[in-house]
Amino acid sequence: MHEKLKGKVKLGSTTNSTAGFIKTKSFGRVSMVAAVNVSRFEGVTMAPPDPILGVSEAFKADTDEKKLNLGVGAYEPKSYSLMCLMLLRRLAENLMLERGENKEYLPIEGLAAFNKVTAELLFGADNSVLKEQRVATVQGLSGTGSLRLAAALIERYFPGAKVLISSPTWEFPWSEYRYYDPKTVGLDFEGMIADIKAPGGSFILLHGCAHNPTGIDPTPEQWEKIADVIQEKNHIPFFDVAYQGFASGSLDNDASSVRLFATRGMELLVAQIGAMNVVCSSSDLAARCCEVAVIQVKSQLKRLARPMYSNPPVHGARIVANVVGNPALFDEWKAEMEMMAGRIKNVRQKLFDSLSAKDKSGKDWSFILRQIGMFSFTGLNKAQSDNMTNKWHVYMTKDGRISLAGLSLAKCEYLADAIIDSYHNVS
Amino acid sequence: MYWRYLTRAARRCSVHTTSSRTVGWWDHVAPAAKDPINGVTEAFLADPSPYKINLGVGAYRDDKGRPVVLQCVREAEAKIAGSEFLESISASVSTKMVEESVKLVYGKDSDVVKEGRSAGVQALSGTGACRLFAEFQRRFHPESHIYFPDPTWSNHHNIWRDAQIPERTYHYYDPDSKSLDFAALMDDIKNAPDSSFFLLHPSAHNPTGVDPTEEQWREISYQFKVKGHFPFFDMAYQGFASGDLDKDAQAIRIFLEDEHLIGCAQSYAKSMGLYGHRVGCLSILCVDSKQAAAIRSQIQQIARAMYGSPPVHGILLVATILSDPNLKSLWIDEVKIMADRIQRKRTTLRQNLEKLGSSLNWEHITNQLGMFCFSGLTPYQVDRLAKEFHIYMTQDGRISMAGVTTGNVNYLANAIHEVTRSEQETAKILCSISV
Repeated sequence: MHEKLKGKVKLGSTTNSTAGFIKTKSFGRVSMVAAVNVSRFEGVTMAPPDPILGVSEAFKADTDEKKLNLGVGAYEPKSYSLMCLMLLRRLAENLMLERGENKEYLPIEGLAAFNKVTAELLFGADNSVLKEQRVATVQGLSGTGSLRLAAALIERYFPGAKVLISSPTWEFPWSEYRYYDPKTVGLDFEGMIADIKAPGGSFILLHGCAHNPTGIDPTPEQWEKIADVIQEKNHIPFFDVAYQGFASGSLDNDASSVRLFATRGMELLVAQIGAMNVVCSSSDLAARCCEVAVIQVKSQLKRLARPMYSNPPVHGARIVANVVGNPALFDEWKAEMEMMAGRIKNVRQKLFDSLSAKDKSGKDWSFILRQIGMFSFTGLNKAQSDNMTNKWHVYMTKDGRISLAGLSLAKCEYLADAIIDSYHNVS
Repeated sequence: MYWRYLTRAARRCSVHTTSSRTVGWWDHVAPAAKDPINGVTEAFLADPSPYKINLGVGAYRDDKGRPVVLQCVREAEAKIAGSEFLESISASVSTKMVEESVKLVYGKDSDVVKEGRSAGVQALSGTGACRLFAEFQRRFHPESHIYFPDPTWSNHHNIWRDAQIPERTYHYYDPDSKSLDFAALMDDIKNAPDSSFFLLHPSAHNPTGVDPTEEQWREISYQFKVKGHFPFFDMAYQGFASGDLDKDAQAIRIFLEDEHLIGCAQSYAKSMGLYGHRVGCLSILCVDSKQAAAIRSQIQQIARAMYGSPPVHGILLVATILSDPNLKSLWIDEVKIMADRIQRKRTTLRQNLEKLGSSLNWEHITNQLGMFCFSGLTPYQVDRLAKEFHIYMTQDGRISMAGVTTGNVNYLANAIHEVTRSEQETAKILCSISV
């Protein structure tokens, strides 16, 4: 029986249904009912170390002065490129401080200015998909967050649909299609085509450029063939574009695969660094239909985002919007990217030259020059990669991937020695 | 399910060989219902009236209704402006932020802090912290439920639902007295199966503003011990209830005295005004530091699959403020200023309604704590306030007191008085009958 009073109800020990409550401080110590300090999560074991981030942790712990971190895809500290990017960021931040921008919540779909520039960067500002408003864009938490939104959307609206990813790819354990050919250290194009021909109505995860971890991209002709097969089998292409601008140095060139598919009128999912884009089909009927589809898809992406993080972080989005929206800063950024991509190409060349000069076995190392972007698949196996770390203090992932962003020209010869030793003397 | 989509795909193929297709992949996607809180802001923004008031989302405003960037934050921004965001730095900054966060909520001299028994991970504000915990709960207790107070923040339902944990509720708010239904709450705690997971608001309950007293918290803690329940605290408003950070953490400290191994979501959105930066912390208390390391590793793995690593700018701001004694002291003062302003507006609103001669009881406006007031207004009255007076709040009658200013409190009081006229008439009639 509850006593309901107007005004503040003080339902303390006087009305409690359990008789005899003692008003002392610590009931817990009086009680002998429950065992003390038993955790509900007693059986929780240590999660396995992350294969990529774990490399950085091991690197940090290494005290050898020759050590090299070629693990995670991030630029070498103190590198000129990184400092230029920092400067650019600071210029953008100064703009923000001048404007006195506040720290209010963004809408769930993110900063409108950011969404606009990011979609334009990807598709090109004059692309018909943008002009016809056929793209639903939602700001995400970098590449991973955007992929997660896409995965959640697929799970909810296409339960049971297959998602095919390249073998290897960046850590997600779904069905695979052949991609990397260890014999040529190149693309297994025939295998890829054969695998994406079955089954129909699946999502095919494609890397827009600078494939991670191999650095191996299809040629433009091969992209056309891939698009043919996907259209024929009525699959939906799902692009992960993490390196637009870093592959060739040109934002437009690096987006050409996505734009090819968009030009064919295909429906796409595209995860960029920081945004999730869904392109809806054009329609014989009024453009209203696709506007509606876009609005509906966007609302569902928002519904997925709200219970994950409510709304996305504002700072990075403003920086991007400020850089891309300011012609002087945008030009500077484009020049910067061209220089960074150029530097990576130089590093590849130096590494190739060092390997060719030092390796007397006649092995063909030219795949290093054919690969593109931040990563290179060396062809080293796990044991050989371990040797790289244990003997030479070169930190890389166990699949044989090295990140060239962390490599300076001066260290190429040392790295070549390490690779030659590991390849020939360890099996 | 899969075959249905295959057939649909086949139909599309056969119909659309020559012309462009008229049916797309996303046609079956229905529009999602609007978020009840964000929907209010959208409606407010679309309203051209110069008198409009936004009492929807819980974001602090100054007395001129403007968003506020705290002075301690401005100074921290200036301090970090020259620093670099390298991977190596971001890891140590995150660690610092987590260390300071757990001190804030558990007390810097608490055993759990000294013994390193908290598994703490940075999170995407309060939402992110809750979601990480919900996913963690699902991973290690897949058969469990979560008990929410009735009512609770609307997004709690979404979070645990998307983590696939079914919910149950426990009595909390008594609509007649507009305060805590403590007896029913205690019954529900006792009647729940042993070792259930409960979500608790340690202070400034959202949406009601109704908090248990210290005495009541001790009884709740005791009963949790008896039943072996897991207490998960969502601490989103530390400092906003009383103006005192330690006082607002009292419920948690009581549970710590009773040696519960709790979980806690913290947010810096309101208390540091870092809404858009998405900074928070999830911590779970453990028996020892070894277990803490194991649990931390599992939560980090869950986070990695959701967003990789968290945005670093906000983390850097929090770490800078909390580890600099001057900035921290400035922050503590600013939190008190914000809490005090809200308290004054509560008093003014209630006084205005009483001066207008309202025959309803408005005590709850000043009894309730924190940013929100559960006004008791019905959905019909809330609609009238929006349509006739351009005053926006959530359908459950929750008012964000942060949106009330010296400039608009009279207008607000008049509007509430107007839309509650018929209720007042009923109250008068009942009073006259009972005399």
